[in-house]
Amino acid sequence: MTVGEVRNILNAGVLCGQDLLDVTEIKSACGADMMSDVLAFVKDQGMLLTGLTNPQVVRTAEMMDINCIVFVRGKTPDPSVVRLADDKRIILLTTEERMYPACGKLYRAGLSEGSSGKATA
Amino acid sequence: MIHLRYEVDGSDFVSCGKASEDVKRTLKNIGIPSEIIRKIAIAMYEGEVNMVIHANGGLAEVEILPDRITIVLTDTGKGIPDIPKAMEEGFSTATEAIRELGFGAGMGLPNMKNYSDDLKVESRVGEGTKVTMSFIL
Repeated sequence: MTVGEVRNILNAGVLCGQDLLDVTEIKSACGADMMSDVLAFVKDQGMLLTGLTNPQVVRTAEMMDINCIVFVRGKTPDPSVVRLADDKRIILLTTEERMYPACGKLYRAGLSEGSSGKATA
Repeated sequence: MIHLRYEVDGSDFVSCGKASEDVKRTLKNIGIPSEIIRKIAIAMYEGEVNMVIHANGGLAEVEILPDRITIVLTDTGKGIPDIPKAMEEGFSTATEAIRELGFGAGMGLPNMKNYSDDLKVESRVGEGTKVTMSFIL
């Protein structure tokens, strides 16, 4: 599905990357607050759902080639974090949904975890 | 051969990862395949985070050769008393404050081992740690 569809499903606000919503296809996603887990167990993920809002979330996404981050529980990062993501062309969304229902709604809509699993490189 | 050198500022968690970003950009510019770039970027980023949260920063050096890339991370932090223990998944000495930032799950060194083709960790308690990672191209 496109990030635009993700936004509609989660009734999310767009913090940056508005122009990329309908041209960015997401095939898999993961939800985590520990960036170490994202770096360890996620492979080929297009989207990260998290309750963490510090700059390292964007840097982790950058390293993992994740092109969309959804902040759950209505969290909004500092403007400097939004700028950092915007510079890297990473889309930032924010939703009032909590992590579990946010993941559940996307999964039900057909977005699976994809080829995640312990990365053996 | 390309040689890159970065001072990693241990007092600045916000900018942590900049060296890894720069290396990723450089590797992309010289045409390294994206799957290999991702492995290198993740491993170096984990190392950079480790230097910031455990060792008050350090030095990151990257050597790019036609057939391999070597990353050497050197710090003068407190050192690792038990390296085999530190290599175990889930073992961490990070504080709760670090965990609240999303790190300290005890996956740093295991990730670096998983993503690199060779990992060497040398450490002396009270003197510092040297981590050498090699990636075959």
